[in-house]
Amino acid sequence: MNHLKNTLRQCVIVFGCLAVAELFVSLTGIRFPSALIGMLLLTLLLKLGWVKLDWVQGIADFLLGHLGLFFVPPGVALMLHFELIRAEWLPIAVATLVSTVAVLALTGWAYQLARRCK
Amino acid sequence: MSALSNALAGNPAIPISLTIGAFWAAQVLQQRLKLMLLNPILMATAAIILLLQLAGIPYESYHEGAQYLEFLLKPAIVALGVPLYLQLEQIKKQAVLILLSQLVACVIGVVSAVLIARWLGASHAVAISLAPKSATTPIAIEVTRLMGGIPALSAIIVILTGIFGAVCGLTVLRWLAIKSPIARGLALGAAAHAVGTSHAMQLNRKLGAYSSLGLIVNGTLTGLLTPYLLHWLG
Repeated sequence: MNHLKNTLRQCVIVFGCLAVAELFVSLTGIRFPSALIGMLLLTLLLKLGWVKLDWVQGIADFLLGHLGLFFVPPGVALMLHFELIRAEWLPIAVATLVSTVAVLALTGWAYQLARRCK
Repeated sequence: MSALSNALAGNPAIPISLTIGAFWAAQVLQQRLKLMLLNPILMATAAIILLLQLAGIPYESYHEGAQYLEFLLKPAIVALGVPLYLQLEQIKKQAVLILLSQLVACVIGVVSAVLIARWLGASHAVAISLAPKSATTPIAIEVTRLMGGIPALSAIIVILTGIFGAVCGLTVLRWLAIKSPIARGLALGAAAHAVGTSHAMQLNRKLGAYSSLGLIVNGTLTGLLTPYLLHWLG
């Protein structure tokens, strides 16, 4: 039964971080994704040693290993916006491709340049 | 509403198993054919849309059950705290360089996407939905929802960005004479998030580690700064 107890602990930690973050967002009213606050909270708890790595490693591997699956339902909502995409496919496609190349180039150059200057 | 649509709406197990089944089948297909372009997210999404359209089932009936899977995106972002913690030492050693390059990535990614889209005549909602395209999907969806864009459009744009970055990213970096594996990894993760990172992971561990760092830091910065950048862009 030991592994089941650990599973519950893993769930409590990850969902607990999310719950605290949600509470924080709704109480303060800040416009920031709650899940990111939960992520930083989990990192902090691990760093402080209040949460041990092996307490959360299993559930983290599970969630991150299946990340793609959770993208499918929001993706399916695309069927609600076919009209919009038909009307604006050109700006969407060009902005996506050009901006992605720009990010690749400038991130790489920024790192290399900054390291040379250092 | 048809009987089929009613059954789907009333039973979360049907859309959930449909989604998991489609994703699993797509993953198996991609592994067999070894083609990056056959991204399982893309294929599963397309298959489900096709099925719903053919059966005449409205999205709402599907979503009533599928929302439980979608919810797991949030704890999944929280779980990113684990790889972030594992790389804290690495981050500390090069904190300034990493932060600087990711700050450039975040600002360029958001500003260039919005400006290009507007220049080509995109509507306000579409331009906003393009802004967080280099962040990983859960972050991008949250940002878009927060800013009044179209989360579903962001989700698809993010996935397409990731596939493009994974397939063409290294070629682009080679053309641009970006040779350092650290710079390449950071750039891949920053531009193509989790999809680029999983590709980098397959090629080389160091590339993968820095790519996941780029994914996390750029994702976080994009989540933090996009509202301000959009405000500044007007």
